[in-house]
Amino acid sequence: MDKEKLIKCAFFVLGMVSVIAVGFIVFYIFSAGVPGIVKVGFKNFMFGKVWASTAQNPKFGILPLILSSLWGTFGALLIGVPVGIMCAVYIAQIAPPKLCAVFEEFINLIAGIPSVVFGLVGMMQLVPSVAKFFNLADGASLFCAILVLALMILPSVIKVSVASIRSVPAEYEEASLALGATKIETIFKVILPAAKSGIASSVVLGSGRAIGEAMAVMMVSGNVANMPRIFGSVRFLTTGVASEMSYAGGMQREVLFSIALVLFVFIMLINTVLNLCFKGKTK
Amino acid sequence: MKMNRNVYKAFMYFFIYAAVALTLAVACFIVGFVLIKGLPFVSWRLLSTKPSYINQTIGILPDIKSTCFMLVFTLVIVLPVGVGAAIYLTEYCSNKKLVALIQFASEILSGIPSVIYGLVGMLCFCQSLKLGTSLAAGGLTLAVMTLPVVLCTTQESLKAVPLSYRYGAFALGAGKWRTIYTVVLPACKEGIITGAILSAGRIIGESAALLFTAGFAHKTLTVALYFYAKEQGEFEAAFAIAAILMVLTLAINLAATIFNKRKIK
Repeated sequence: MDKEKLIKCAFFVLGMVSVIAVGFIVFYIFSAGVPGIVKVGFKNFMFGKVWASTAQNPKFGILPLILSSLWGTFGALLIGVPVGIMCAVYIAQIAPPKLCAVFEEFINLIAGIPSVVFGLVGMMQLVPSVAKFFNLADGASLFCAILVLALMILPSVIKVSVASIRSVPAEYEEASLALGATKIETIFKVILPAAKSGIASSVVLGSGRAIGEAMAVMMVSGNVANMPRIFGSVRFLTTGVASEMSYAGGMQREVLFSIALVLFVFIMLINTVLNLCFKGKTK
Repeated sequence: MKMNRNVYKAFMYFFIYAAVALTLAVACFIVGFVLIKGLPFVSWRLLSTKPSYINQTIGILPDIKSTCFMLVFTLVIVLPVGVGAAIYLTEYCSNKKLVALIQFASEILSGIPSVIYGLVGMLCFCQSLKLGTSLAAGGLTLAVMTLPVVLCTTQESLKAVPLSYRYGAFALGAGKWRTIYTVVLPACKEGIITGAILSAGRIIGESAALLFTAGFAHKTLTVALYFYAKEQGEFEAAFAIAAILMVLTLAINLAATIFNKRKIK
């Protein structure tokens, strides 16, 4: 009897590890990030347009980083979501089972490729092609980052969308077909609207992936903290942290933690939206 | 009217097939490009030597060793914790609010970007626990990062074990722990293995979280790729590493598919 209780306690401890980990992460991010924001001043930090962390008279405005991250994420969604939903429709509704399994393997493969490999291919192939095609001096730009991110969020978008399309009751489809709608009309006018909350959560999940990606973006975006322009070199929140952390000290280091805090807050906002989406679905 | 419907149909089918073709083409291109560009540079010398400044050669043996160590170290930590947490959630915990809390925490963990894991790992493991930039600090960081993967897959496969198995064991006089240990866990070992394979994929592919925790001194293959491509401009070595990573990714995906199929049976 005692032994059983002991074992239960042990499992309880293991179960609480993830809760404790979240607590630690929140604690460390806030305690490391808040001092930087306070010193620079919230308004100067969030809305300052100049990021010059290593200058004689350093300026720590992260508006360019925030806007680049947002535009990058938005652009990735703009390309990735329509393609992802169409692929999900193909997998869940159109493909014969065998082809479907093969295609899903490809999706899993894209999901499994390490982000540095995306970065390398982007750097060696995409960036020069973009430079040549659009006649630019340097192809490393927001545009390249968007293309790479669009590809990287595809698997999340597709998987969640497929699951939500598959969970639409078969009666919906049968009723629509019985009323004389074609297969394709049924898919786009009945099934997709019925699956919209699941698809919405796939979009939110994808945006979380896009805003948090660092290495691939760092390798293709040029990494200069400009205000975002589609063919200009940009720096994201993630890459801002990753590229300077290794040599930063003093004030610069504190501010980098503040950037991480901003990124963390963005991610938590996205998670909250995601949770609301899922709750909406179960109702 | 009829005409319009046909046009609509044709358009939509076109979009669907275009999207599928695009995705397949890009996936094939990336795999092919990396393998074709990288495999010719994978040589025995590259795999079996250290980098040497005197001979001006690059060797990735230390990187391979770091990757293997990281893989084993992380799995040794994350598997017991993740599986244990999943067992607690499905077998022991009767408080619904606590279950929701733990699942919520695990969802948050899976959404946090790897850069933030890297920073917190640096603050917590490298500085507070005084591990310095080391493989251990990197491994611990990755263990927290892959915890939700193991927890989630194990939990799903535990849920799939029929209640009748448990009742059978109880009826034979087994206690709760004995039931879990001898009946429930063996019934879902494929699920646990799938979780382990998936997290192995994450561990091998992770780079941003390791930059600040394990550093360039203990670089894994992914960090080495970044190092050679971006900091050193040694593209041959970078492509060779990318090809190795691609082969590993293909192998991991294949293994995960095989175990997933076994799970369904």
